[in-house]
Amino acid sequence: MLLYLFYILSAITVGCALLTIFSKNPVYSVLFVIATFFSIAGHFILLNAQFLAIVQVIVYAGAIMVLFLTVLMYLNLNKSVESSKPLLIKIAAMVSGGLLFLVLIASFKSGLSIAPTSVRGDAGLIKNLGNTLFTEYLFPFEATAVLFLSTMAGAITLTRKK
Amino acid sequence: MEFALLFKILIVVGVFVLTLLVALYSTWAERKVSAIMQDRIGPNRAGPFGLLQPLADGVKMFMKEEIIPGQANRALFILGPCLAMLTAGMTSAIIPWGDVITINPESVPFSEYFTFGESKTYIVQAADINIGILYAFGVVSVGVYGIMIGGWASNNKYSLLGAIRASSQMISYELAMGLSMIAVIMMTGSLSVREIVEQQDGFNWNIWYQPLGFIIFLICAFAETNRAPFDLPECETELIGGYHTEYSSMKLGFFLFAEYFNMFISCAIIAAVYFGGYNFPFMHDLGLSDNAIAIIGIFVFLGKVIFGILFFMWIRWTLPRFRYDQLMKLGWQILIPLAIVNLLFTGLGIIVFK
Amino acid sequence: MKALTNRSKVAVDKELTLMERLYFPAVLKGMMITLRHVFKKSATVKYPEVEKEFAPVYRGHHVLKRDEQGRENCTACGLCAVACPAEAITMTAAERKKGEEKLYREEKYAKVYEINMLRCIFCGLCEEACPKEAIFLTDEIVNASYDRKDFVYGKDKLVEKMDNRIDITKRQKKY
Repeated sequence: MLLYLFYILSAITVGCALLTIFSKNPVYSVLFVIATFFSIAGHFILLNAQFLAIVQVIVYAGAIMVLFLTVLMYLNLNKSVESSKPLLIKIAAMVSGGLLFLVLIASFKSGLSIAPTSVRGDAGLIKNLGNTLFTEYLFPFEATAVLFLSTMAGAITLTRKK
Repeated sequence: MEFALLFKILIVVGVFVLTLLVALYSTWAERKVSAIMQDRIGPNRAGPFGLLQPLADGVKMFMKEEIIPGQANRALFILGPCLAMLTAGMTSAIIPWGDVITINPESVPFSEYFTFGESKTYIVQAADINIGILYAFGVVSVGVYGIMIGGWASNNKYSLLGAIRASSQMISYELAMGLSMIAVIMMTGSLSVREIVEQQDGFNWNIWYQPLGFIIFLICAFAETNRAPFDLPECETELIGGYHTEYSSMKLGFFLFAEYFNMFISCAIIAAVYFGGYNFPFMHDLGLSDNAIAIIGIFVFLGKVIFGILFFMWIRWTLPRFRYDQLMKLGWQILIPLAIVNLLFTGLGIIVFK
Repeated sequence: MKALTNRSKVAVDKELTLMERLYFPAVLKGMMITLRHVFKKSATVKYPEVEKEFAPVYRGHHVLKRDEQGRENCTACGLCAVACPAEAITMTAAERKKGEEKLYREEKYAKVYEINMLRCIFCGLCEEACPKEAIFLTDEIVNASYDRKDFVYGKDKLVEKMDNRIDITKRQKKY
């Protein structure tokens, strides 16, 4: 039962991700990204990580993609100005994309060596997650927080009137 | 058939019907309240006191001609109101309508057809998930897509402006809303709405500890449900209806209905988180059985929710609409700093008093 | 400039005090105002069941009066048409023939008398201009219609019926 659910969710995830790339209309692309995020949240729930799932929905689908969609709405999408790129850029894009793919395969290969049984089933529950974050990973957590704070301050400084 | 499953189905259906009914009669109550506040009478033709008016409105909505603008994006145009209605209806799952009810297998009619588990207690709630309050936030934050997609797909500048206003307003006020809610979560140490309610036993309500947080949450609830004085996405005077300018028939009805749905849900969350949910003062001194208290509790909760809805309407027919820059200033420069200060003081209080 | 009412306030562009910037006192004040209206009596008249009484000098559509013997008062002098600011009244005069003394009071009468109710502004100047006490405004409302030509009222609609006389004693000027 769970396995079939996993297969269905994976199919939706991959399908939506592909449709994101292939749709001509940017608004459709954004909507498919949102669908992808939702199916990833479904994967989190399958892994018993409810907190991560809901944070995925709130932060990515609920906040970031809303901003994306808002910006897209400001653009005039009726004009299709897809200029053909020069050959050099196309080749560069191909090479860099291939390299990225290589890195992904390498990381995937090393990731496969982790046996699935070594992951604790309740690691994604909010109590365990909080305990881990605030003891084992306290420094990275706080460092990220400071980074976000500085980003916010930077954005405010950039937009302030002189 | 398992009795627990039957009970759950009954609860789910009951909650759904109740939500629909309350949202339906909110439209009637809104017109009545506005009429009374403006020294008028309000709807009084359909049935006694106009009580059948919502049905008449519904029939009218269904019968109206349905127009999809020629230049509109057809699929997204239809998807918009559907999403708005869907997300509005999803939140009621996590609201604890009542305390646990104990049912003995002997007292159930046709008990021979059911199987009973070990536990004899059943909760009056559709789903008690341990991250309930976050689930509500997640659904609310997704709820703006219905408005955005509908507004954009209409291919109308007023709709688009309404959609953009809705999205930026939602994002801005979600922050302050979340921050004010975190203070409550810090006090209770749980994300489950049922546990938050259980800790407010009797008259020990959260509002006595979190008055500032409550006011911030209330203001954000007004903004999140797009109600006056924050109804900028749909203001008639500037945007001739905003995101639903191009909508007609039941699609328009869905948008309008979703607003009342949202209002009901946010009132229920406010009642559960700040006003003790199904708890009422002196509930243990009455000498009643636990089941009786639980059933009274359901009605007490509904009473609180209905009072909340009336309060929303009272505010709507009192205050004029904010200007857009005032809205943004209030959200970012006043409510968020206030919510952070509230958070700090809550933390201090927890350290000092516990 | 002198204020029109004693409630007017002069707008000043001053800094708001802290109490005003808090906004909440003002919100509460507004809510109290709306709350007070909850207990006020509603001003609505439930129309089909309860009809609001017209004032005795209400200016509805016109009537061309007859005298006690049933003769038309109007002599087609045209003063009403001259007085009419909306130019709604037209008439054609005719001479009274022998044997028509029972119908018309004077030797001259209005063969055609038309008022365009779409143009009429119900000011009552025709009533004031009439030297023969022939035309009066009544407390009856002009009926709605789908057609514009239905609003041109001829003598068939304007002249008072003998079996349904309209009492205008209340609106006659007392000198």
